[in-house]
Amino acid sequence: MADGSAFHFRTEHRLVRLTGLRATTLGGLVAHLRVVSGSSVFYHTHHQYLARHFVKPVFYNDFAAWAMEALQEPELAEKLAAIDLLAFTAIRPLRNAIVETIERHLAASGAPMRECPSGDEFHFCESQSFIVPTGLVARDVGEFFAVLPRVTNVSLFFHFFEARLRLEQPTNDFSAWLAARGAQDLAYAIDRLDPYVVTLDELKAQILALDPSSARGGAGQ
Amino acid sequence: MSLRDYEPIVGSHVLAELQALAVCVGGRRLQNISSTAVGGGVAEILTHMVPLLRDLGVQADWDLIKGDQAFFNVTKAFHNALHGRPERITGEMLEIYRATTEANLRELRFTGDVIFIHDPQPAGLVAHKREIGRKWMWRCHIDISAPDPAVWAFLRPAVEQYDVAIFSMPDFAQTLPIPQFMVPPSIDPLSNKNKELDERAIEQVLGRHSIDPTRPVLTQISRFDRLKDPLGVIAAYRLVRKRHDCQLVLAGGGASDDPEGLEVLRQVQEAAADDPDIHVLLLPPFSDLEINALVRGSTIVFQKSIREGFGLTVSEALWKRKPVIGGAVGGIKLQIVDGFTGYLVHSPEGAAQRAMRLLGDPELRRMMGDNGYEHVKQNFLLTRHVKDYLLLMLALDHPDQRIITL
Repeated sequence: MADGSAFHFRTEHRLVRLTGLRATTLGGLVAHLRVVSGSSVFYHTHHQYLARHFVKPVFYNDFAAWAMEALQEPELAEKLAAIDLLAFTAIRPLRNAIVETIERHLAASGAPMRECPSGDEFHFCESQSFIVPTGLVARDVGEFFAVLPRVTNVSLFFHFFEARLRLEQPTNDFSAWLAARGAQDLAYAIDRLDPYVVTLDELKAQILALDPSSARGGAGQ
Repeated sequence: MSLRDYEPIVGSHVLAELQALAVCVGGRRLQNISSTAVGGGVAEILTHMVPLLRDLGVQADWDLIKGDQAFFNVTKAFHNALHGRPERITGEMLEIYRATTEANLRELRFTGDVIFIHDPQPAGLVAHKREIGRKWMWRCHIDISAPDPAVWAFLRPAVEQYDVAIFSMPDFAQTLPIPQFMVPPSIDPLSNKNKELDERAIEQVLGRHSIDPTRPVLTQISRFDRLKDPLGVIAAYRLVRKRHDCQLVLAGGGASDDPEGLEVLRQVQEAAADDPDIHVLLLPPFSDLEINALVRGSTIVFQKSIREGFGLTVSEALWKRKPVIGGAVGGIKLQIVDGFTGYLVHSPEGAAQRAMRLLGDPELRRMMGDNGYEHVKQNFLLTRHVKDYLLLMLALDHPDQRIITL
């Protein structure tokens, strides 16, 4: 991303890998969740943010959506959806939080585990990401905001979601670079944005609104 | 067709992405091997895919295995069994498969750096992987979510020798010791089956079949096969007819060498005999332009399958901005976004109720048609398929990495 001074915008291409693991009950889901790769946990908690939707889904998290739609477990679905992804900078604690949420629900309900209808099984997949340069480069904060409108949603996804959670960095790439350039306020303002409650288009608009050279800019350097 | 022909449809950025990935693939040669050059989805996709890959600078080739009728009878039985239908597989049949595979191994020249084998017919060629070397990919185009255990037990040791296996949906994945990928199939927007047609061409085809273009037309394009539920479509149409003056077109081909298909066709013709507004059309091979016109001349398209490998007829109709009412099975569930590009149904009654709603609401049909077009453009066009294959060739070099910097 940053080669000392300039910010190189990157983007990604994706293949979906199949694990062959499938769950029909919450017990099966937890058993597989413990052993699947971090890329699988990332895939099922994030791929919906990249997908095109005709309306915003109620649940972006596949585990929550499956609990709701296939198992008719609305309470668990809400609890899984409420897991604050922004609170994690690594997959392992995120995985633990999902597993613990399901286990607490199972322990509290005491009811026999429901089996999903045939055809509605949960299939564990993984992301395989290929990171490539976009050719867009920002040498200073002004250029960063000038280039940003041309940055695609996939590129934004990479710098915000992949870099932070999958590459285990404490913040998103933009904030890290801006902080290194001395733009602490901007870095902090972008770090405080919640990318999980908005679309990528909306996220980009929120970042652009922070442009210090713009009348709308909300954070100075 | 050349790569540039796709630019007005997908945009220059998509082509630029493909070109950049093709540069990463470099001089690797991709050798596709399948069982037939014409007929069926695999041949259709490769016919359009190979020239596009070459246009991108990838050295792509396509070779065929040879086999006699006995061999293809065996592989047809394998196909049915992998789809979960009970089939009697004898030791003699397995021997025919092995012997034909050996004969092809003697005749074929393996010129690719990546050998890309399509479907079960040539899957056994991997037996000589150790001597031949190279990277091997197996592309399974059929639904093997619940395969016949005996046939899968026979094929599985071969599949396990590949470097990767590729399936159309997560539901088809198996527990295998090799990496598996999901790559949905695609349609070519510039093929005869999908390209734009002018109104006159559409009206000519409708006229040829005595279909009235002034009244609504409900259509299902599919083989005359029980799994496509043509009788269920007629039942749905009869319910719709109580409220709406409309016509039904059931068009398909490929029944002539299929005794079961002929029987289904006979039942469909019998069920339709008393209604001049039901048009049962047995189309000859190479009727792509005719099918294109029939779909474009339709108001609503059905794909009311009971079981389906992927069901690309859905994407073909969505691409023509037609709302599709489909059975909630297989790949139809990926193509129909329920309530947005069409409706997923479980019964003739459900299909009829949805059709009546659409017939009564032209604005809803238009909205769904536009959504369907966009959905296919994003997910099921040939250019996306080409990109996935380029990425697969790159993935072969990084079997254990999930994040690869190119």
